[in-house]
Amino acid sequence: MVQKIENQYKEILNQYMQRQSEQNLYVGQNFSRQLISENISPEEVISVHKAAMQEIYGELPEFVWHSFDFLIEMMINYGLALQERQSLLQRQEELRVEMDLAANVQETLLKTPMPALAGLDIGLLSIPARKMNGDYIYFISDSEGHAGIAVADVIGKGLPAALCMSMVKFGMDSLNNSPADPKEVLGVINRVVEKSIDDSMFVSMFYGKYDSNDSTLTYGSAGHEPAILYRAKSNSFEELYAKGLLLGVSPAASYEQHTVQLEKDDLVIMMTDGVTEGRTDEGFIEREVIFELIDQKKDEPAQRIVQFVYDELERMQNAELRDDFTLVIYKKV
Amino acid sequence: MAFLNACELKKNGVSKKMNIQVNLEEIDNNLTGFIRGEIDAHTAPVLREKLEAYQNQDGLKAVLDLSDVDYMDSTGLGVFVAFYKSVNAKGGHVKLKGLSSRLKRLFDITGLGEIMDIESAGKGGN
Repeated sequence: MVQKIENQYKEILNQYMQRQSEQNLYVGQNFSRQLISENISPEEVISVHKAAMQEIYGELPEFVWHSFDFLIEMMINYGLALQERQSLLQRQEELRVEMDLAANVQETLLKTPMPALAGLDIGLLSIPARKMNGDYIYFISDSEGHAGIAVADVIGKGLPAALCMSMVKFGMDSLNNSPADPKEVLGVINRVVEKSIDDSMFVSMFYGKYDSNDSTLTYGSAGHEPAILYRAKSNSFEELYAKGLLLGVSPAASYEQHTVQLEKDDLVIMMTDGVTEGRTDEGFIEREVIFELIDQKKDEPAQRIVQFVYDELERMQNAELRDDFTLVIYKKV
Repeated sequence: MAFLNACELKKNGVSKKMNIQVNLEEIDNNLTGFIRGEIDAHTAPVLREKLEAYQNQDGLKAVLDLSDVDYMDSTGLGVFVAFYKSVNAKGGHVKLKGLSSRLKRLFDITGLGEIMDIESAGKGGN
């Protein structure tokens, strides 16, 4: 192997010494790539060079050979740096594999069955900006026509946000009460979260309880982006605002709740700030833009509307999402 | 005392300018601050580090002027929440002033406007 490299190098060098053409240099460049891929260190390359010079020219002044020995010495740390880079690449690959596994675990952990309710068409999309998702949707339903939905957003992105999210999931699981009132749900989850996170972390959450018996939605918010109600009758949008502090800031926080009656073709649009905080080169994407997008597709099934809004917003931002994106639409049918 | 932080971040081969300027001055436990630029995931650690130097003083009175903050996301909110909690626990007070309508909305939606002392731009005057 080494013998083969030495011979090849000598041949390429010899060609260059005779002609000094661009073509010869190009052959040399390609050969150096091969040396790198075979893990030949810089000091070894100089040794090979020295040996090749000896074979081609035989006698050269002593100082020339001494200078090569000195250069070899100079290159040893470069060789070590190269080795370090290779081991970093390997470690990076190991971390990537681990992150992939963690993302799979998260996906399984946070899976939530979508409720099937009479008179309600549900569309949803949740796309993480990185591998792990800091947004979360949780559904709970029963056979009496009640369905609860939680849309939550943990501050930050990636792994820390994902870990924090599991806490919300287990809080919701242990509550396990689909007719529960939003103010009660938010109060319980607030105490769970508050106990377990540090001062600069928090979670925002919207909670809505839909009752298919009388088509009402009761909702509350813990510092979350307000949901939007589209009224088909008046063709207008309104914010579903409810006062309430972010989860995890104060154990004493209490939450409001309000109820709206849904009519045929009304839409309830629930989202995280990844939808509303989009930015293009010209500035922020205003909420009116989102209203217009929904208006264009309001007669289609909920999933089609959700997908359309995502595709359009992604296009406006040159396919670069800055934050996790979650959008859920309830359509009364 | 003036601190300037402007560094170039290389991300996806595109150079992005990260810009935040934090001026803090403390006299007799009164902290006056002026923050300029964008507070997001990239710049928030700079702000956090500067504020952490003061947050454990007993009875600190802090007034931070945000009138030149163009953008803030939830990471930025996190920094102010942590500062507010620490200062409050030590019997002090935090006031944020000069909030743009966009920032004011952020504090209102999150409910933080209810528990923290905030003032919009244009109110109060000099």
